Amino acid sequence: MEADTKHKKPGTRLCCACNQRRAALKRPKTLEQICRECFYAVFEEEIHQVILENKLFKPGERIAIGASGGKDSTVLAYVLSELNRRHNYGLDLFLLSVDEGITGYRDDSLETVKRNELQYGLPLKIVSYKDLYGWTMDEIVKMIGLKNNCTFCGVFRRQALDRGAALLKVDKVATGHNADDIAETVLLNILRGDIARLSRCTSIITGEDGPIPRCKPFKYTYEKEIVMYAYFKKLDYFSTECIYSPNAYRGFAREFIKDLERIRPRAILDIIKSGEDFRIATSTKMPEQGTCERCGYISSQKWCKACVLLEGLNRGLPKLGIGRNQGLNSDAKEDIKKDGRTKSIESKQCGSLEF
Amino acid sequence: MACNSSTCNSSGCYKEYEEKDQNNSKTRVAVKGSSGRQNLCVKCKSSEPVCCGIGGEDSKFCKDCFKNNLYGKFKQAVTYNAMITPPDKVLVAFSGGPSSRVLLQFVHEMQYRAQKNYDASKDKSLPVFGVGVAFIDESSIHSFASQQTEKAIEDIRSIVSNLAPPLKELFVVPIESIFSPDGIDCKERLQKLLDALGDVTGKEDLLIHLRLLCLQKIASENGYTRVVLGTCTSRIACYVISATVKGQGYSLSADIQYVDSRWEIPVVLPLRDCPAQELNTLCSLDGLKIVEMLNCPCSGINGLVSSFVKVLQEENLSRECTIVRTAGKLTPFHFNRIPEIHDSNVPSATRRHHRRHGLKSNGSLSSESFCAICNSPLKNSNSPSRLKNESPQTSDLFVAACSSCQFQILPKDPSLMEQFVSLLPRAMVARAKHGDRGNVSSVREQIQDFLLSDDDDEV
Repeated sequence: MEADTKHKKPGTRLCCACNQRRAALKRPKTLEQICRECFYAVFEEEIHQVILENKLFKPGERIAIGASGGKDSTVLAYVLSELNRRHNYGLDLFLLSVDEGITGYRDDSLETVKRNELQYGLPLKIVSYKDLYGWTMDEIVKMIGLKNNCTFCGVFRRQALDRGAALLKVDKVATGHNADDIAETVLLNILRGDIARLSRCTSIITGEDGPIPRCKPFKYTYEKEIVMYAYFKKLDYFSTECIYSPNAYRGFAREFIKDLERIRPRAILDIIKSGEDFRIATSTKMPEQGTCERCGYISSQKWCKACVLLEGLNRGLPKLGIGRNQGLNSDAKEDIKKDGRTKSIESKQCGSLEF
Repeated sequence: MACNSSTCNSSGCYKEYEEKDQNNSKTRVAVKGSSGRQNLCVKCKSSEPVCCGIGGEDSKFCKDCFKNNLYGKFKQAVTYNAMITPPDKVLVAFSGGPSSRVLLQFVHEMQYRAQKNYDASKDKSLPVFGVGVAFIDESSIHSFASQQTEKAIEDIRSIVSNLAPPLKELFVVPIESIFSPDGIDCKERLQKLLDALGDVTGKEDLLIHLRLLCLQKIASENGYTRVVLGTCTSRIACYVISATVKGQGYSLSADIQYVDSRWEIPVVLPLRDCPAQELNTLCSLDGLKIVEMLNCPCSGINGLVSSFVKVLQEENLSRECTIVRTAGKLTPFHFNRIPEIHDSNVPSATRRHHRRHGLKSNGSLSSESFCAICNSPLKNSNSPSRLKNESPQTSDLFVAACSSCQFQILPKDPSLMEQFVSLLPRAMVARAKHGDRGNVSSVREQIQDFLLSDDDDEV
C-alpha cells in the first residue's frame, strides 16, 4: 500500500465523481454513488447547462419565479439566485405567489414563501383568487364538489400568474415544473386524447406569443433529486399535498411513473424524449389565437376559459365549461340529459332552462 | 338561486323534470323482468342480448349481431386498406391466443365466401386468395414439458385442418430456425444471445423482433404476399404507452397502423379496431378453441404497462380506444400503406381496385434509415457519432440502432459488442451494414414514373 493512501474501512464506497470523499447517496437519475458536495455541484451544473443550451434568459431580464412554498419552487428560487450570482446571468429575480384561498393548506405555504423572501433576499408579490375573481377555492369546492375542482384552480392560477407578472413588470415567469411533472403530462395527454396539448407540453419555453413567456428550468430534473437537494441543504419548504387533490386523474399517471422509476430510472427522461419526438402535424399545433371578449386575456375561443368558468360559478351552473359540451348555450341541454343527477339541476334558477 | 319551494308552479321549474326522471327509472325497473323494449339487442331489436360490447350498457348484443359487428370491423379494415386482394397469399400468424384464433376464423370465413363466389361466377375473373398459418414454437426458451408442447401443436394442427375447405398449409417453426437453415447449434445460439442481455424488457422485445423475422422468413420462402397479425386495440394501447416509456416516440406511429410495408412481405393488422374483451367474448360465445399455455405473462416494463392499462380500463371502459385514437393522430410513415402493384401479371381488375382506393404512392423520396435490431425508423439526430477505437463492423451496429435498442438490447460493455454481433441473425447484421438504404419497394417508388408498363389505361 502506498504511504499517502487514506485508510479505508472495508466496503466504504467512494464518490464516483471526486473519488476522495465517501459516497453519501445514490443519484436517483443515474444510480451513481456520490458525495454531497459533488451532488450539489452536478445538480446545479446540469440546470446551468439546460439554461444555457435552451437560451432561457437574457442579461438584464426581470424574472418572476412562481413560488408556492413547495419544494420545487423553493429549490428553484434558491438555485436560480445562486446560479445568477455564480455565472453572472444579470437577472432581476422576484418571487410571485398565488393565494387560492385554501384554508389549512395555502395559508401555511404562504408563510413559507414569506420566509423565503427574507432568506433569499428576493422581493415577493402575492395575488389572490379572492381579489382577482371574487371566489376562493374553498368557496368553489363547496359549490362544485371534488370532481372538477383541479380544472378550476389550474385555469385560474394560470391567469393569476400572468396578472401578477404584469403587475411586477417582468419579462418572463419561471416555474418549478420538473421532469416527473412533464412526463406525467405527456402520459395524461395521450390518455385523454389531447393531441394539440401533447405537441406543446414538452416545450421548455411556452407562451412566447402570449402576454408573458414562461420557462421550466427543471424540465430534465428529477423530482427525487429536488427533494434530496432540499433535504441535504436544509432548505425551508412546505411539504403537504393540496387537500382537494386526491381524486385528480393525474394520480394514475403519477403512480405509474413511480413504479416505472423503480425499474428503469431513465424512463422519465425517455417519456419526455418521446413527447418531443412525436410526429404531430404542425397544423394541429397552434389553436387560433384571439382575445377574450369579456376580459381581454389571450384566448382561442370567444371567452377565455377563466371567464367561462367564472360565469358558471356566478350563475350557479357549475358544469359550465366542464366536459364535452363546453359552450355557453349547450350547458342546459347537457344537464337535462343526465338522469339522476339532481345536484346540478338543483342549483339552476327557475325559468333559466333553455330548449 | 335554486328553487326551494315545494309548491313551485312556474313552468320551467326543475322539479317537473325531477319527477319525470323518477318515472322513467321506475318503468325501466319494471321492464327488466319481462322482455320489454329496454332489454333487447341494440342492433336487431328482436333477440335477447347475451353479451356486452365495450360500450357497456349501450352496446348489448345478441349473439349474431355481436359476431356480425366484430366481423364487420375486421372486414372494413381489410377492404379499406386493401389488405387482402385476390392474387394474394396471406400468412396468418397464429399464437394460439384468443386474438389470433378469431383472426384465423375471420380470415377463413372471408376466404370461404370468396370461394363460394368464385365457384358461382361465370368468368372466374377474380381468383380466391390463398391462406397459410404459421405458428412460432418458442418452447426452447421456456422450460415446458415436451408433452405440453406436443399437445399444443396437435391442437393447433386440428384447429387448422378443421378450417377446410379451402385447405390451409400450416407451418410450425421453432424460433431458433431464424439463425441458420440447417438448425445446427441454433438452440444454444439463441440461449447465448438472450443471456447476453441484462435487461428483462430488452429480452422480451428482442424475442418479439426475432418472431417477426421468423414470420418474414416463412412468408418469403413460401411465396406469401402478406403477413397477417392478430394485434388488437388493447395490445396497441399497451404498445403506445410502452413505446412512449422507452423513448420511441418518433417511430411509434410506424408500428400501429393497419399496414406496415417496411418489411419484405408487408404486415397487416386487420383486428386493429377490435378490443381484446370483445375477441375473448366471441371465443367463448362461438366455442373457438384457444391454445393458451405457450403465452407467458410479461414482466419488466411491458408487464408494468399492461397492468397500468388494465387499471385504466377498469376506471373507464373506453380508455384503450382513446389511447389508440390519440396515437392514430400521429403522422404515419410513407411505408404505412400497401405498396403499389406494378407487376403486369396482376389482373387489371386488382390494379383498378388499388387506384380507386387511392393507394398510389405519392412519389415521396424515402430517406429513412432503420434500426438494425427493431427496424424502427431513426430520427436523424438519434444516431450518435461513431465510437472511437471500434472496428467498423461493431460500431456500425451501434450507430445503426435506435436509442432504445442501444440501451436495453446492445451490450453496455463495448468490448462485448463483437461477440454480440456474431450471435445476431444475419438479417439484423445486414440491416446494420446497409444503414441508409431504406427498403427496396421505396426505391422502386422513386423511379416508378420512368418505368414503362404494358398497361395503357394509366393516366
